[in-house]
Amino acid sequence: MLRHIVRRLFHLIPMLLGITMISFLIIQLSPGDFLAEIRLNPIVSQQTVDQMRRNFGLDQPLHIQYLRWLWNAIRLDFGYSFAFQVPVIWLIGSRLMNSVILNLLAFVIAWAIAVPLGIYTAQRQYSLADNSLSFTGYVGISTPTFFSGLFLLFLAFKTGWFPIGGMTSIDYEFLPWWGRMLDVAHHLFLPVLVVGVFGFAGLMRQMRASLLEVLRQDYVRTARAKGLAERTVINKHAVRNALNPLITIFGFSLGGLLSGSAILENVMGWPGIGKLIVDATIQKDLYVVMASLVIGSLTLIGGNLVADVLLALSDPRIRYD
Amino acid sequence: MARALAATLERARRVQAAEQVRTPAQLAWRQLRRHRMALAGGAVLVVLYFMAIFAEFLAPYTLDYADRERFFHPPILPKFVDARGISLRPFVHSTTLTDPGLRQYTQDPSRRYYVRFFVRGEPYRLFGLVPMSAHFLGVDEPGRIFFFGTDQSGRDQFSRILYGSRVSLTIGLLASAITIPLGLLYGGVSGYYAGRVDNILMRFSEIIIAFPEFYLLLTLSAVLPTSVGCTTRFYLITLILSFLGWAGFSRIIRGIVLSLKQQEYVLAAKAAGLDDLHVIARHILPQTSSFVIVVATLGIPSAILGESALSFFGFGVREPCSSWGNLLTAASNLPTLILSPWLLFPGVFIILAVVAFNLFGDGLRDALDPRHRTG
Repeated sequence: MLRHIVRRLFHLIPMLLGITMISFLIIQLSPGDFLAEIRLNPIVSQQTVDQMRRNFGLDQPLHIQYLRWLWNAIRLDFGYSFAFQVPVIWLIGSRLMNSVILNLLAFVIAWAIAVPLGIYTAQRQYSLADNSLSFTGYVGISTPTFFSGLFLLFLAFKTGWFPIGGMTSIDYEFLPWWGRMLDVAHHLFLPVLVVGVFGFAGLMRQMRASLLEVLRQDYVRTARAKGLAERTVINKHAVRNALNPLITIFGFSLGGLLSGSAILENVMGWPGIGKLIVDATIQKDLYVVMASLVIGSLTLIGGNLVADVLLALSDPRIRYD
Repeated sequence: MARALAATLERARRVQAAEQVRTPAQLAWRQLRRHRMALAGGAVLVVLYFMAIFAEFLAPYTLDYADRERFFHPPILPKFVDARGISLRPFVHSTTLTDPGLRQYTQDPSRRYYVRFFVRGEPYRLFGLVPMSAHFLGVDEPGRIFFFGTDQSGRDQFSRILYGSRVSLTIGLLASAITIPLGLLYGGVSGYYAGRVDNILMRFSEIIIAFPEFYLLLTLSAVLPTSVGCTTRFYLITLILSFLGWAGFSRIIRGIVLSLKQQEYVLAAKAAGLDDLHVIARHILPQTSSFVIVVATLGIPSAILGESALSFFGFGVREPCSSWGNLLTAASNLPTLILSPWLLFPGVFIILAVVAFNLFGDGLRDALDPRHRTG
C-alpha cells in the first residue's frame, strides 16, 4: 500500500510538469497583457513600463520565463500580482481559507443529508417519496449555481433576511469576535445552501443507485431468507457494501474543496479562489491565474489519490502491487 | 396427458420464439416506454428543439428588434378580462413609460389590441434563407406582446430566448459530435495497444482531467480573439468544450477496450488477418455503442451548463448574439434584477433543457442496459 502511494507520488512529477506547461502556454496565448493597459496610462513613462517588463521577466523568451517560474514555484514563490501589487502566494493564501470554509460546510451538510435520504429512497423505490426526491435531485444537478445564486440574492433582498453577497458587513471591523463570527455565518448561509444543494443532489442519486444495485445481490436475499430483520439486512449487509462507490466520490469531492464553488463565488461576491481567478483572467494578471490553475489542479489530484487509497483500504478485492 | 404436455411445450416454444424476434433496439424501446419520466424529458426536448428550429417564425419579434421606449418592460401577457368586460379573444393594452427611474409603465385601457396569428411584423429570413415577415402570433402596433418582458434596450426577451436556444441547444450536440469520435479513437488505440502507448496517451489525458473544469474553461476562452464574429466565436467555444470533454470519456473507453480485447472474437478477427484499425473500429468499438449513446446524451447537458456559465461571465457567446447564459448576464446586476425579476427567465430554460436531457439520458441508460430491464 505504502509502495503504491509512493509510486503514485512519483507519477505526479511528470503530471505537474504537464499541468504547469499547459497552464503557462494557455496564459501566454491569450492576447494582450497587463502591461498593455499600464502603457495606455499617460502618467506612466515608457521607461517605467520597460523597467516593469524587465522586473517581471516578460522580456525573456518563453521557455526561460517558464523555467524561471517553475524554479520559483518549487520554492513556493508564485510571482507577483500585477493588479494587487502583492506576492501571489499572499493573495492565494488569503483567499484559500474562504473557499475551503464555504465548500467544507456545504460538503458536510450535503453528505449528512444525502446519504440517509439515498438509503431511504432506495428502500422505497418508485414510491411517492422516492419519485419526488429523485425529481428534486434532477432539478438540483441541473440548476446552474449562478442561476440559483442570483435567485437567492433576489429573495434575500426581497425578504431582507440575508445579506446580499460578500463575506462581511460594513461594520465588521467594529464587532466583537463573536459578532464577527455571526456576521460571517450570516453571509455564509446562502452560498453554502447553493453549493450544498448541488452536491446533495448528485450524492443522493449515487447513494440510491448504489444501494439498489446491492439490494439485487444474492447475499441480501440470503440475509432476508434466513429471517433477519429488514433493518439489519439494510444497515448491516446492504448499506455497508453500497457505501463503497461513495468512498471514491468522497475523495473526489475533497479535491473539489477549493474549486467547487468557483462560479457561485463570483455571483455572490464571496472572496475565494474562484472569484480571484475570474478577476485575474479579466485583468490579465498572469501569475495569479497561473497559480490558481496549478493549485486548483493540485487539490484535485490530491483528492484522487485519497480516493484511491480509501478505496483500497475499504475493499479487500482491490490490491495494489 | 402426453398431448397436453406437447401443447404446453409448443406454446412455451412459441413464446420464446416471439421473445427472440425482438431486436435489441425494440427491447430498449419497450423498456424506455415504461420510464415515464424519461419520456416526459424526451417530449420536452422535442418541443424545445422544435422551438429552436422555427425560432424566427415563432418569435413575435426579431433578434435585434429594440423598442427603446419600453426598456425593462415587465411581461405583457394576453388578457381575457378588463374594465369593459370579458372577451373570448385574448388581447393586450398598450403601455407608456411614466417613471423612467423606477421603470413604471401605465396601461392605456381605452383600446384592446387583439392577439392575432400569422401577423405581418419585422422582416426576417426563415432558417437564414427564406425572406418572410409573417410571425406565428403578435398584436397590432402600438400594442406590444412581451411574454417575458424586455431588457435594457427594450428587446423582447421571449424572442431572444428563442433565438438563444439555437446556440444553447446545438452547442451540446456539436461538442458531443467532436468528443465522441475523438474519445473513441484515443481510448480505443490506448486500450488496444496497451503498454507504452497506453501509458503516454493516458498520462496526457490525465493532465487534462486534473484541471478544475471551470478554471480551464475560463482561461481557455480568454485566449479566444475578441474581434471575431458571433458564429466564429460559437464554434471556438464548442471546440473548447469538446477539448474538456474527450479526456474523461476516452479513459472509460480505454477500460472497456482493455477487457474486450481479451475476448475470443477479437482474437479470431486478428487471426483472420485484419489490420489493427479494422479490429478496433469494426469489432471492438461497436461493442461500446450503448455506453456511447448514454454518454453522448448525458454529456450534452454538461456542455449546455458549461456554455451558459461562460457566456454568463462574458467569456462565451457575446452581444449582440444571444444564448441563455448570455441573456442571464443582464440579471447579474442586482439593482437591475430587483426592479426587473423577469430577467431570470432564460435560466428557467437552461434548467428545463438540462433536466430533460438528464431524465432522458438516465432512461436511455436503463433501457440499454440489460441488467436494468424490468420484465
